[in-house]
Amino acid sequence: MKKSILAAAVLAGGMIMSGQVLAAKTLVYCSEGSPEGFDAALFTSGTSFDASANTMFDGLVNFKTGTTEVLPGVAESWSVSEDGKELTFKLRAGVKFHSTKNFTPTRDLNADDVIFSFNRQMDKEDPYFKLVNGKFPYFNAMDMAKLIVDIVRVDDMTVKFVLDHPEAPIVSNMAMAFASIQSAEYAAQLHKAGKETDLNQKPVGTGPFKFVGYKKDSVIRYAKNDAYWGEKPAIDNLVFSITTDASVRFQKMKAGECHVMPYPNPADIAEIRKTDGISVMQQEGLNVGYLAYNTEKENFKDVKVRKALNYAINKEAIKQVVFDGEATIAKNPIPPTIWSYDESTVDDSYDVEKAKALLKEAGLENGFKTNIWAMPVQRPYNPDAKKMAELIQADWAKVGVEAEIVTFEWGEYLKRSKAGEHDTVLLGWTGDNGDPDNFLRVLLGCKSKINGTNRARWCNEDFEKELQAALLSTDPAVRTKAYKNAQKIFKEQAPWATIAHSTVFMPISDKVTGYKIDPLGGHFFHNVDLK
Amino acid sequence: MFSFLFRRMLVLIPTYIGITLIAFAFIHVIPGDPILVMAGERGLPPEKYAELMHAFGFDQPLWKQYLDYVGQLLQGNFGVSFVTGRPVLDEFFELFPATVELAFFALFFALLIGIPAGIIAAVKRGTFFDHSLMTISLTGFSMPLFWWALLLIVFFSGYLGWTPVSGRMSALYFFETPTGFMLIDSLLSGEEGAFKSAVMHLILPAVALGTIPMATFARQSRSAMLETLNEDFIKTARAKGLSPFRVTIVHAFRNALIPIVTVIGLSVGVLLGGAILTETIFSWPGIGKWMVDSIFRRDYPVVQGGLILIATIVIIVNLIVDVLYGIIDPRIRRQGH
Repeated sequence: MKKSILAAAVLAGGMIMSGQVLAAKTLVYCSEGSPEGFDAALFTSGTSFDASANTMFDGLVNFKTGTTEVLPGVAESWSVSEDGKELTFKLRAGVKFHSTKNFTPTRDLNADDVIFSFNRQMDKEDPYFKLVNGKFPYFNAMDMAKLIVDIVRVDDMTVKFVLDHPEAPIVSNMAMAFASIQSAEYAAQLHKAGKETDLNQKPVGTGPFKFVGYKKDSVIRYAKNDAYWGEKPAIDNLVFSITTDASVRFQKMKAGECHVMPYPNPADIAEIRKTDGISVMQQEGLNVGYLAYNTEKENFKDVKVRKALNYAINKEAIKQVVFDGEATIAKNPIPPTIWSYDESTVDDSYDVEKAKALLKEAGLENGFKTNIWAMPVQRPYNPDAKKMAELIQADWAKVGVEAEIVTFEWGEYLKRSKAGEHDTVLLGWTGDNGDPDNFLRVLLGCKSKINGTNRARWCNEDFEKELQAALLSTDPAVRTKAYKNAQKIFKEQAPWATIAHSTVFMPISDKVTGYKIDPLGGHFFHNVDLK
Repeated sequence: MFSFLFRRMLVLIPTYIGITLIAFAFIHVIPGDPILVMAGERGLPPEKYAELMHAFGFDQPLWKQYLDYVGQLLQGNFGVSFVTGRPVLDEFFELFPATVELAFFALFFALLIGIPAGIIAAVKRGTFFDHSLMTISLTGFSMPLFWWALLLIVFFSGYLGWTPVSGRMSALYFFETPTGFMLIDSLLSGEEGAFKSAVMHLILPAVALGTIPMATFARQSRSAMLETLNEDFIKTARAKGLSPFRVTIVHAFRNALIPIVTVIGLSVGVLLGGAILTETIFSWPGIGKWMVDSIFRRDYPVVQGGLILIATIVIIVNLIVDVLYGIIDPRIRRQGH
């Protein structure tokens, strides 16, 4: 008897639930893959960030949706000391962590949460550091442990970061996914219960949506956070319907099974545009695809040779063939959507005669043998590196340069190109925080030569001086000027052939309003509504 | 019977040594290490890289890593995924029911259509029905699964709109899945329409995955039936005046079962292999898709553990098939003694 009453109650409850669900506004996003987890600090993929930081978490500061502009997050204001080595955040009062099935917060967000969120990524004694053997890829890649000397709890609602050296982009960095603020109270509770892994699997944040459930490789479900400190989302439920195949995602859009999908097949774009009820939003991506010359190799030490090969490449053909015409030819190492982009740069236009003349000046009129490394994977900045390499190979053959195309498995490719085994290598970059430093210093700075992300292995004193000047200043005018100068030096010295900035496409149902493409490549839904 | 089973079990020891070795070697010979793949274009400072290599034991010689791994396995520890940080066994058992559900219905579909079609073709040998059936089954057998699955989606979901495109359940529903079998869980959930949604979601992937086994069963049962239908005892049965139905089903089919059951047993391997593609296309959250993702991410523990677990399933199924032989054909049982 008891059982049947229970069953009836469950049944009735279920029906009421489903009734509610149907009446509520549910937005379905056909995401491209499963997140690796929900603790953004542990991962580097956009797929994981979308599922965690971009929906459920806040940083001390957040990016304004659709821009790279930094807005207050759980910190309502911040200040930088005179010498640039102290960064103080004043926290917002009344910020609530999510109440979920397995956690009910007893207090609002305070300085302890901020300190925990960073300390666990650098303090070797922290149980959460030990749990993952310190595998915090972004924190490590950005060498944050060296930058942050200390995090001081000034009072309950004030936190001071003491830095080893001034670094202007630090505020933008605080808006990145890895800097999401976790609940120290929740973490302590999990630690006590020996369930530390739940921090990554049953997330608790302060963001506009809260976690309801995840079925691996299938679906993630979120609900609106009614206690959100900012503007509350207009939709009640957000569903990520995980669909890995791009053609299948499009079929789902067509069948009305989802409202928004990322990463359509380039070949499908024309058909998607023709489909009733679906439009395609597009924007230049915050990325650059390039060919780096290994400036430590004999032939490429001479700037004339590098310039000559730049003139020999027909970028328009690459744009048409590799990008189906949907890309912007790159003339600078940073994309046009980033501030300080130098409009005045004149690109090395396609000019075979000029290329030959320069090679002659360099004493290489009979050409030489070299190689082009082509990535084995599709990346947002380069959908088909092998095809691109073939086009460049053919272009260079016209000026007597005989290039062999080389490729490796992806991990191996990264490792060997990092070690500088290549003559020339195709690669690219997608920006993390919208700061020029995130391109220029990471990809072309002298120190990155040691880290290996500077694939041209190029270290130019004048260029470095400009970067340092920009890094030490917080005055946007000073920084802009320095970065523009740096771009001029880059263009003269030609450590790369800049190829293209790809276009980001977003097929979206006409029922959806308020969606904005994020220049940083994330997918955000808190400003979105359904008609 | 017991000594038969016992001898079977003994063979498993070298089999498992082989499987663990292959599983371990397979993922380790693929170039690229998980730490680099995870770091991507961004890379890592060298000292951090060394620290991580040490923390995960990758700086040890391979033979030592292998022995450590086997040691852990013997204690029932399949390790923890590098990517998600969850135990491999937990992930496996979370996803496995989805694969079983899909494979079961694919097999059901294949048997339901394949065997009767094969029997009829054999009985009506040389007729138009026989020829067209064999042509269709050859087509089914040769069709690339990837293409076939997409074709089904485009036609039935896109054009006709009869079935959902992919996934296991409509996005409108979200309920606990205690058993992992969506057909059962949707009933338990009490949500109106959930069961129907689960069935509709299952049809296309089951048909796609079941097509190749169906073609195999049809061809196999046709040839097995043809062979038995020519045997003397069938002629005798006919001469005795038994009805054609009785002759075909009771006398011929029972004797044709052995080769058919063998193919069914072997097809479990095919189904699990085909599940990789089917699950990827239909976004079906099973172990096939899990393995593929893990190979790309160089998630060693998942790939190794997954291979061993899948191999175990295939071994168990074939063991059952061997036992079934004994039931179907008493002669095999007797040879065992």
